Amino acid sequence: MKLKTVILAGTALAFAGGAAVAEDMTLVSWGGAYQASQKAAYADPYVADHPDINVIWDESSAEAVAKLRAMNEAGNVTWDLVDVVASDAIRLCDEGLAMEIDPDTDLAAAPDGTSAADDFGDLLVSECFIPQIVYSTTFGYRSDVADWGGKEPDDICDVFDLEAFPGKRALEKRPINNMEWALLCDGVAKDDVYEVLETEEGQDRAFKKLDTIKDSVVWWSAGAETPQLLADSEVVIGSTYNGRLFALIEEQKQPVKMLWDAQVFDLDGWIIPAGLPEDRLARVKDFLKFATDTQRLADQAKYISYGPARKSSAPLVGKHADLGIDMAPHMPTDPNNAKNTFLYNYEWWADYRDDIDAKFQAWLSQ
Amino acid sequence: MSDTTAGQVLTTKDGKPLKAALARALRREKLRSLALIAPLLIFVLLTFVAPIVDMLFRSVENGIVEETLPRTVAALRVWDPESAQVPDEAVFAALYGDLAVAVEEKKHTRLGSRLNYEESGISSLFRKTGRRVNRMDEAGPFKEQFLDADDKWGEVATWQVLRQFSPRYTDGYFLNAFDAQRTADGIQMKPEDERIYMLLFGRTLFLSIVITVSCLLLGYPIAFLLAALPLRSSNLLMILVLLPFWTSLLVRTSAWKVLLQQQGVINDFLVWTGLISDASRLVMINNQTGTIIAMTHILLPFMILPLYSVMKTISPTYVRAAKSLGANDWTAFWRVYFPQSVPGIGAGAVLVFILSIGYYITPELVGGTSGIFISNRIAYHISSSLNWGLAAALGTLLLVAVMVLFVVYDKIVGIDNVKLG
Repeated sequence: MKLKTVILAGTALAFAGGAAVAEDMTLVSWGGAYQASQKAAYADPYVADHPDINVIWDESSAEAVAKLRAMNEAGNVTWDLVDVVASDAIRLCDEGLAMEIDPDTDLAAAPDGTSAADDFGDLLVSECFIPQIVYSTTFGYRSDVADWGGKEPDDICDVFDLEAFPGKRALEKRPINNMEWALLCDGVAKDDVYEVLETEEGQDRAFKKLDTIKDSVVWWSAGAETPQLLADSEVVIGSTYNGRLFALIEEQKQPVKMLWDAQVFDLDGWIIPAGLPEDRLARVKDFLKFATDTQRLADQAKYISYGPARKSSAPLVGKHADLGIDMAPHMPTDPNNAKNTFLYNYEWWADYRDDIDAKFQAWLSQ
Repeated sequence: MSDTTAGQVLTTKDGKPLKAALARALRREKLRSLALIAPLLIFVLLTFVAPIVDMLFRSVENGIVEETLPRTVAALRVWDPESAQVPDEAVFAALYGDLAVAVEEKKHTRLGSRLNYEESGISSLFRKTGRRVNRMDEAGPFKEQFLDADDKWGEVATWQVLRQFSPRYTDGYFLNAFDAQRTADGIQMKPEDERIYMLLFGRTLFLSIVITVSCLLLGYPIAFLLAALPLRSSNLLMILVLLPFWTSLLVRTSAWKVLLQQQGVINDFLVWTGLISDASRLVMINNQTGTIIAMTHILLPFMILPLYSVMKTISPTYVRAAKSLGANDWTAFWRVYFPQSVPGIGAGAVLVFILSIGYYITPELVGGTSGIFISNRIAYHISSSLNWGLAAALGTLLLVAVMVLFVVYDKIVGIDNVKLG
């Protein structure tokens, strides 16, 4: 009897307490330095203003598409806002798993009154996608390789030049970007790359070019691998995300330099899962409006070397929060770094990814 | 006793036949034990069997085409795919009707990504057409308008794919998993440069066998030592076996990277001792060697523990008796000790083999291109390409392969000859 009373009282207390504690909002991101930058730049300031909201982080962005699909089939979406790369956002939108947004009503206008749609401009690549940052997949190389005789690579095609720059390379274990770089270095003009890649001959041509360095390639599948391989001298040149290389060069002071030539721009941003209940949706939209405004996106660049997706944020980018160095020269979008850039074609890859990936895997295992 | 005649039925005290009463008691007993295991049984059925069956079912399920485009599928039934003619206006009108609904419900892009697995380009065809459908003239003619939206609608190949994959059930995923495809001339192997799954299945089986054998070779002496040593020293040894078992898998895999890479500890040591020159450092990781070494290490405890628990039960008196009867050390071991440890080998080998055949994280990290398993592709199709049908077909094949091997194993070794202690 006594025990029962205690339990009942406890339950009642828990319920009463539950009403008073903060409401949970689950944000999904990538973990690591990137998630930390989001937390510092927008989640922490937002919670400071809204103490009734409790932000929960879920580090599931890498499997976000599959997990969202499973949640959707089970009829129980537990996420409120999901950070994904643009190509995943397009897939989620295609599958009806992400909600379409209206940039002009759902997002904040720039301080000078420019509408959000204009401020983000071309970067709104999908109706469901709210971009945060521009990152690039690019190369880093060791600056102390004795075999190179003092030369340093400054052209994307130096990656394919084993005579002038001997040593191992690190490339991502997927066709995207590698096929484009191979064609660029096989003499295809930048504007024709996807047209050529659409044909069987074009794909063979890219594989032939990749064949020339295949024996010297270490294939990576996680972005953290290349910095490690470079630091250990396992490879002399390697592709990865520019923020990882920034950390390797500026924070860990390794003898590595950036090869920005033909860097491939890509976007990362939020999507709202489809089918959220009204109250959660309203809460998340309020956060989203705050988290993607001009100042917040500029703030994020203090913590990580990815470029803000809004045009109006660019002039506000300041110094690194800990290192105190100017961040602008480390942005992929900085004019000095962006002399020769390559734009990744989302729609094209959405169409050809399945096919070319099968061929790429078969090529890898030959 | 003597007054019991043949044919007379034995009864219980209250006059019921003894046989029936016994049967009832047994039935009650059975029901009670069933009720006792019912919670576990229901739990296993709901959380284990049902999801697996559901997942396997996806390998043939293909309702999405008919659900999204019901009228078009019906209209296409009368179209002859071999005619090399694009379907007529009636089919396009049906397609317009279906797409208008699908766009409203935002289902057309989902169908696009489904059909894109079969033919590249259909994904954007549906996305593009979906944007145009609302602006089309409802009065028709539709064929022109669709061709205007995208000329892919004017290609017979597009319609052939649509028709081929319109039934509710498909063998397409399984064909794909066998590196085959259905062409106009029937089922054929895919072009050489797209075949991959059979190769991966073969490699997975081969590497799993190699890993099992190397686990056995390394584990047997350790288990033998563990069982033979006095308790105090064997406990210490047991902790050494279990310690890596308790360490995170990723930590152990990363440790192997540090050891095995070309600028790693082992290579540095070999160069320092002068056994190899700096230019010819060994490549021991990002290939099959890396996978075999790292997985053998990770799965070793699964071999040692069953071996140890079986060896512990082998009485040392048998070996002593053999020796006193004149057998030398080797004969005593091979003729007397070893046969008694075979059930442990069986249990360890089955355990290691089945675990390694489904492993994917270690091969992904240390396997490079020549050391990856079929499970890496299954994981890719589950989480990246979202081709769950193909992933389910590959998973089914893997499950069937394991079951066949299990039966073969039962025939050769005998499954009742497996002991965990």
